[in-house]
Amino acid sequence: MAKKILIVDDEPNIVISLEFLMKKEGFDVAVAGDGEEALAKVAAFGPDLVLLDVMMPKKSGFEVCEALRADPARGGLLIVMLTAKGRDTEVAKGIALGADAYVTKPFSTKELVAKVKGMLAA
Amino acid sequence: MLSPGLILLVSAAYMGLLFAVARFGDARADAGRSIITANVYALSLAVYCTSWTFYGSVGRATSGGLSFLTIYIGPTLMLLFAGVIVKMIRIAKTQRLTSIADFIAARYGKSQLLAGLVTVIAVIGIVPYIALQLKAVAASLDVLIGKEGAGYLPAMFDSTLIIAALLALFTILFGTRHLDATERHEGMVAAVAFESVVKLVAFVAVGLFVTYGMFGGFAELFQRAAATPGLERLLQLDSAKAGTWAALILLSGLAIIFLPRQFQIIVVENVDESHLRRAVWLFPLYLVLINIFVLPLALGGLLHFQGQTFNPDTFVLTLPLARGAETLALLVFIGGLSAATGMVIVETIALSTMVCNDLVMPWLLRTRRFGVAEREDLSGLLLGIRRVAIVAILLLGYIYFRAAGEAYALVGIGLISFAAVAQFAPAVFGGMYWKQGTHAGAVAGLLVGFAVWLYTLLLPSFAKSGWIDKGFVENGLFGIGALKAQALFGLAGLDEISHSLWWSLFVNIGLYVAVSLWSRPDAVEAGQAERFVDVFKHAGRGTDARLWRGTASAEELVGLLDRFLGRPRARQQLANYAAGRGLDDWRSLPVDAEFVRFAETQLSGAIGSASARVMVASVAKEEDLGLDEVLDILDEATQVRAYSRELEAKQQELEAATAELREANERLRELDRMKDDFISTVTHELRTPLTSIRALSEMLHEDPEIDVDDRTRFLGIIVNEAERLTRLINQILDMAKLESGRAEWTTGEVDVAAIVREAMDSVGQLFRDKAVALEGEIPDSVPAVLADRDRLTQVMINLLSNAVKFVAGGSGRVKVRVVAGERALRVEVIDNGPGLTPEECVVIFEKFRQGGNTMTDKPQGTGLGLPISRQIVEYFGGNLWVESSPGAGATFVFTVPLPAHE
Repeated sequence: MAKKILIVDDEPNIVISLEFLMKKEGFDVAVAGDGEEALAKVAAFGPDLVLLDVMMPKKSGFEVCEALRADPARGGLLIVMLTAKGRDTEVAKGIALGADAYVTKPFSTKELVAKVKGMLAA
Repeated sequence: MLSPGLILLVSAAYMGLLFAVARFGDARADAGRSIITANVYALSLAVYCTSWTFYGSVGRATSGGLSFLTIYIGPTLMLLFAGVIVKMIRIAKTQRLTSIADFIAARYGKSQLLAGLVTVIAVIGIVPYIALQLKAVAASLDVLIGKEGAGYLPAMFDSTLIIAALLALFTILFGTRHLDATERHEGMVAAVAFESVVKLVAFVAVGLFVTYGMFGGFAELFQRAAATPGLERLLQLDSAKAGTWAALILLSGLAIIFLPRQFQIIVVENVDESHLRRAVWLFPLYLVLINIFVLPLALGGLLHFQGQTFNPDTFVLTLPLARGAETLALLVFIGGLSAATGMVIVETIALSTMVCNDLVMPWLLRTRRFGVAEREDLSGLLLGIRRVAIVAILLLGYIYFRAAGEAYALVGIGLISFAAVAQFAPAVFGGMYWKQGTHAGAVAGLLVGFAVWLYTLLLPSFAKSGWIDKGFVENGLFGIGALKAQALFGLAGLDEISHSLWWSLFVNIGLYVAVSLWSRPDAVEAGQAERFVDVFKHAGRGTDARLWRGTASAEELVGLLDRFLGRPRARQQLANYAAGRGLDDWRSLPVDAEFVRFAETQLSGAIGSASARVMVASVAKEEDLGLDEVLDILDEATQVRAYSRELEAKQQELEAATAELREANERLRELDRMKDDFISTVTHELRTPLTSIRALSEMLHEDPEIDVDDRTRFLGIIVNEAERLTRLINQILDMAKLESGRAEWTTGEVDVAAIVREAMDSVGQLFRDKAVALEGEIPDSVPAVLADRDRLTQVMINLLSNAVKFVAGGSGRVKVRVVAGERALRVEVIDNGPGLTPEECVVIFEKFRQGGNTMTDKPQGTGLGLPISRQIVEYFGGNLWVESSPGAGATFVFTVPLPAHE
C-alpha cells in the first residue's frame, strides 16, 4: 500500500510542484494551504509523513508541528519542515519542536525524494 | 529721684551676678562641658549693641528719623556672607590667631611691623568709642540721681573717672583672671550673652511703657507725630540721603567684623563654625527687636517734652522718670550699664591682647634691659602687661572723654571708630582671597588710609571741640583749598563720615593693590598667603611641615612653652599633642618640623604669631628657604591637587564616554539585529519563488516524459515566478536607494490630475480582468505641484493594484478622488474591500508586511509597495496613510503640498 504524504504550503506554485513530484514517486498525496487546514487534513487523511512549510497564514509550521507532537495518537508521524529561512536558529527550533528533518528552500528535488523515501523505509 | 546708694547697690549686685555667670562659664569650659551653644554665640554677637545703641539710637532718631537703622542693616547684610566669616574663623583656628592685628600680621609674613601698626590704629580708633561708653554711663547716672544728688561725691572725685576705674577692675577680673594667657574666654562670652538679654529686656520694657503706657500704642503715637510740625519728616525716607545711607551701611557692615571686640567674639571666641548658621538669623532678629521701639521712643520724647530742652540721648531714662516710674528707670539704667560694660570689657580685652602681644612683648623681647628673654616663667608677666594695658586704655578713654567728649553726640563718636577699623578691610579681604597681596601693599594701604581718616575725621573732631585750630577744616592745610579736611580735592556735599570713608578706602585699596602688584613677597609671606587663601584645601599638615627645615632641640622648645604658657598648661598641651601623634610620653616626641610648628602655634595663642615666630626662631636653627623654594613646594602641592582634580575629571569623562559607548553599542546591536531580520526576510522572499522555479525546472529537466499540458503549465509558473523574482529584486534595490538617499529624482511641475488618469488607464486591464469597477472623480485641472512624474505614477499604480487585489471580483468597486486643498493636493483611493484593523493600518506600511494575518499572504505582492510609496510621497513633503476599519473598505490617502504662493 502506498505511503501517504500531506503537503502543507501557502505558496500554490510550490504545492503544485511538490504534489507533482510526490505523486510521480508513487505516494498518495493530499495538500493543505495553511496551518489549520493542515491539522484538519492530518486528522482526515492520516498521512505517514508531512511536508510542512514554516511561514504560513493562520498557524505557522512550528505551531502545527507542536500540535501534532502533542497528540500521542500520532506518535509515528514523520514531519519534514520546509523553510525559506535558512538560519541556524530556525533549524534548531524545528528540531527542538520534534521535526524529524529540516529542508531549506530552494531544495533539490532528487535529494528531497531520497530523504522522504529513506525516512519512510526506515 | 533715686538715691546714689541704692543705685550703687543694685549696680554692684548686677556686676556680681555677671561675675557669677562668667565663673560658671569658665568652670564648665574647664570641665570640658562648654555652655557656648549656638544661641549663646549669637547673643554674644549683640555686644555690637553698646550704650550707643541703647541711648544714642533714640537721640539719632530724633534728628535723622529712620537713618539710625543703617547701623543695623549693614551687619545684617554682612552676616549673609557667612562663607567669608567661616573662612576667617577657619584661618584663625588653624593658625591660632588671637586678634585682628594678629590676623593681618600673620597673613603678611608674621610681620611685627604690621601687627604693631594695626594695634596702633585700633587703639587710636577705639579710644573715642570707649570714651563714649564712659560718657553714656556718666550721663545716665546724672539723669538718674538728678540735681539733688549732685553732691554725692567729694568734689575731687569725678564720677566718670570712678566708673572708668571700676570698669578697669571689672575687666581685669573678667579677662585676665586666668594665669594661662590663652586666646579664649568662655566665661566672658557667657556673661556678654547674658548682658545682651538684659539690655534687650530693659529696652523693650521702656519701649512698651512709653508706647502703650504713656501713649495709646504705635498708631496713636505715629498719628500724633505726623500731625506735629517738624516731626512728620522723621517718618519719611529722605532719598537725598541715599549716599549717606550707603556709606553707613558699608561702614557698619565692616565694623561688625573688624571692630576688635567683634573680631574677638565672632572669630576668636567661636567654638564651632556651625554656630554661625544660627547667628545669621538670630542676631538680625535681635537687632530688629531692639530697634522696634527706637522711633516710638524718639517721637514720644519729642512729643512729651515739647518746648523743653532735654537731651534726646537720655529719653529712655527721662521718659519713665517723668511718669515717676523709678523702678523701670533703674532697670533701664542696668540695661544701659550692660550695654556699656559688655562693650568695654570685650573691647579692652581684645585691645589689651593686641597691645601686649604686638607692641609691648616684641619690644621687651628685643631690649635686653629687663632681662625678659632670660626669665623663667613669662605667663605671669604677660598677664601683668595685659592688666596694665587695660588700665591704660580706659584711662585714654577717660582723657578723650574729658577733652573732646562734649563736642559730639553719641552717634558721631561711634562712627569715627567705625571708619577707623574699616581701614582693615582691604588688607584682610585681600589677604583672604588674593595671593598676590603683599606686606608692602598692606602697610602702604593701612598707613595712608589711616592718615586720611586721621586728617578728615579725627582731627576735625578735635578741632570742633576747640582743641586745635580749625583752619585746616575751614580753609585747608596751609590755606590750600584742595586740602580742606572735609572737602578733600573739592569733594564737597557729602557728610563728614561718607567723605572720610570714601577717600580713605579709595586710597587704601588703591595703594594696597598697586604696591602689592609692584612688590614681591618673601618666603614666609608666600607660604602664609597660600595658607590663608587656600585654607579649606590645606586640610593636612603635609605642606606646612615641609615649609620648615632646620634643627631644634626639644628641650629649648619645651622651655619656651613653659615660659610663655606656664609650666602646667604647657605640659598638658604637650601631652595632648603627643597623644594626638600616638605617643604616650611627650618626651619621646621627634623634634621635627611638625613639632616646631606645634610649638609655634601654641606660642601664637599666647603672644601672637609675629612674636611667636621670633621666639621660635631664637631657639631653633631654621635654614632659610628661599622664596623660589617655598613657591616650588607650594606649587608642587598645588600641582598635586590640580593633578588629582584632573584625574577625577578624566575619570568622570571616561565614565561618561563609557556610558556613551555602551549606548552606541546598544544602538548598533539593535540596528544590526534589524538588518539581520531584514536580510532574513529578504532571503525568504527571494527563496520562495526560487523554490518553485528550481523544483519545476528540475522535474522538467529530468523527466522528458511529462505531458504537454503539465509542461506548459509548469513553464508558465516558472515564467511568472521569474518575473516575481525580478520585480522583487528591483523593488528591494529601489527601497535601498530611497532609504540611503541615493535615489535619482527628476523634479518638475506636474499635473497630478493627468498622472492619476494615466495610472487609471494603465491598470484598467487588471480591473476589467477581475470585473472590478473603477471610477474617477477628478477635476479637469488642478494646480501644478513640484514632484517627480514617474515616481508619482509609481505610487498611483501601487495603490490601484493593491485595491484591485483586495476587493472581491465582480462586486468590487474602487473610486479615485482628487481634491485641491488650500495647502496641498489630496488624492484618495477608496475601495470596498474587507477593510483593515487599526493595527493593520500601521503594519502595512512596514517592509514585507502585507494585509491578511501573516507576513506571507503570498503571492499577491512583494510587501514593499506601500513602504516605497510612502517614502516617495514623504520625499515631496506629503503624507500617505490609510483610513479604514474591518468590513468598511479602505481609503488610501496621500497629499502633495502645493508650492507656496509668491
